[in-house]
Amino acid sequence: MSKQATRTIKVDTLARVEGEGGLYIKLKGDQVQDVKLKIYEPPRFFEALLRGRNFAEAPDITARICGICPVAYQMSAVHAMEDAFGVKVDGQLRALRRLLYCGEWIESHTLHVYMLHAPDFLGYQDVIQLAKDHPAVVQRGLQLKKAGNEIVTLLGGREIHPINVRVGGFYKLPARSELAGLTERLKWARDAALETVRWVAGMPFPDFEQNYTFVALRHPDEYPFNDGRLVSNGGLDIPISEYDANFAEEHVQHSNALHSVLRQHGAYFVGPLARYSLNFDRLSPLAQEAAREAGLAPVCRNPFKSIIVRSVEILYACDEALRIIEQYEPPEKPAIDIHPRAATGYGCTEAPRGILYHRYRLDEEGSILDAKIVPPTSQNQKTIEQDLGQFVPKFLNLPEEDLLWQCEQAVRNYDPCISCATHFLRLEIDRG
Amino acid sequence: MGNEPPRKPNILVIGIGNAYRSDDAAGLIAARRVKERVSGHCSVIEHTGEGAALMELWKDADTIIVIDAVRSGAAPGTVSRFDASLRPLPVSMFRNSTHAFSVPEAVELSRALKQLPRQLIVYGVEAQNFEAGTNLSPAIDFAMQTVVQRVLQELSQNTPDSQT
Repeated sequence: MSKQATRTIKVDTLARVEGEGGLYIKLKGDQVQDVKLKIYEPPRFFEALLRGRNFAEAPDITARICGICPVAYQMSAVHAMEDAFGVKVDGQLRALRRLLYCGEWIESHTLHVYMLHAPDFLGYQDVIQLAKDHPAVVQRGLQLKKAGNEIVTLLGGREIHPINVRVGGFYKLPARSELAGLTERLKWARDAALETVRWVAGMPFPDFEQNYTFVALRHPDEYPFNDGRLVSNGGLDIPISEYDANFAEEHVQHSNALHSVLRQHGAYFVGPLARYSLNFDRLSPLAQEAAREAGLAPVCRNPFKSIIVRSVEILYACDEALRIIEQYEPPEKPAIDIHPRAATGYGCTEAPRGILYHRYRLDEEGSILDAKIVPPTSQNQKTIEQDLGQFVPKFLNLPEEDLLWQCEQAVRNYDPCISCATHFLRLEIDRG
Repeated sequence: MGNEPPRKPNILVIGIGNAYRSDDAAGLIAARRVKERVSGHCSVIEHTGEGAALMELWKDADTIIVIDAVRSGAAPGTVSRFDASLRPLPVSMFRNSTHAFSVPEAVELSRALKQLPRQLIVYGVEAQNFEAGTNLSPAIDFAMQTVVQRVLQELSQNTPDSQT
């Protein structure tokens, strides 16, 4: 037996991370021997559920995979179907889709920044404790999130599980006056987002940078939501249809989930840090200026600073939403005509947590023969494990409870939406 | 002002869950059945359980009745009632939600911000299976009748109209 007794610590839940999974860290002395992030279940249930269904059902079914980012699932689904049927949604319909995506980013990022992540940096157990000392700050977060909800409710038809999105466009279009009705609140939200960037920029950040391979969409003249090529800082530059040729899902022993890897390379990182670092030049001038003022360089490799990047993206989303509303003229028809054909379609859009890939094979009637869905969190799993392996040794001298807390914080940096896959996240440190 | 009729209490029933997580759908299904039985004197909605959105929903209500799946180790199908306006919910029971900022956190954040509705009642249905799927376990399916009945009773006590 070694001098160090074997200790195993289990925490029932990793609080404030969406869903359920498991984090297991094995230590020997001051060496990290193993880090396993266990996510029990990829969206295979939904892939099976989609088989035999009509193409038009895919947006609504896949939207149910995640309560936080239903719009992302809808968007990846409709783009994949439109790709298969050879149609392109453009003009005002395309702009409305961007607006809907702005709403989801505002909601999702604000939830994470204020309710889940900020308390970590400010020394509070959770947002409830934060609210006792700083009620006005928490109210600002709730109101900012509400601004996103209102966009999703108006365009999506309802707040939860939006139903107004269809392949080819929307079921019902908003009137110009309805969109204009959001303007005042969004102007307030843009100011609140700017205050948010300044607020989080003043938080204490550990000196922890990693040499990530970032992967995100890139568009010739937009910060990416729905459209673009898949690029990396390692030279990748491919159309979405080549995703499968360049990325692989590997089975790993400790998890039912599959680990995504970039072929001939390994782990990669998607989400706000990747998007920002590969697309800084596509942010609006206001968002760029706020990022600089917050001390962010055009590339950010510190995952703890993802809270600043998310805040910059909230600001961008408010700015972009106002731009779209300002130029909105209702199109003639809510959707373009769709004529199914036997084909394979690919869709990849920027969910708040990173690229979300859908692929559908369809028959000539538009029935789904098979479906593949790769959520952002499963793409980041390998990177999260590698980061924790680097991060944990710095804190081994801490008492057990504090060490667990540091690990929880570190995992929250990635905003893992495990609800796409599973429920609880159990945390275990094994000092062998 | 004095001639206005007394305002009807604003009552909202919220069923929480994920329709594709087997027993996690218990709250949604119960809410649907409650909705079939009440005739317009209260609103009934289905919700994912995302906490910040819940807070927004119940901010202006007088009475909120939430129905959610729970996991406490009790026999599957056990129905529990909590008065969250009086004391915090047992957090560990409500961890089945797909959202970590969910019902118990929303209750406590509302309390901290002094935004709790006058009455916030939570019915928990002890669940058995949270795997991906669209069917309730038999014991949970059976419990639907109990929870729907209890919520309807609660509504009849809270709604002056329904007593006449």
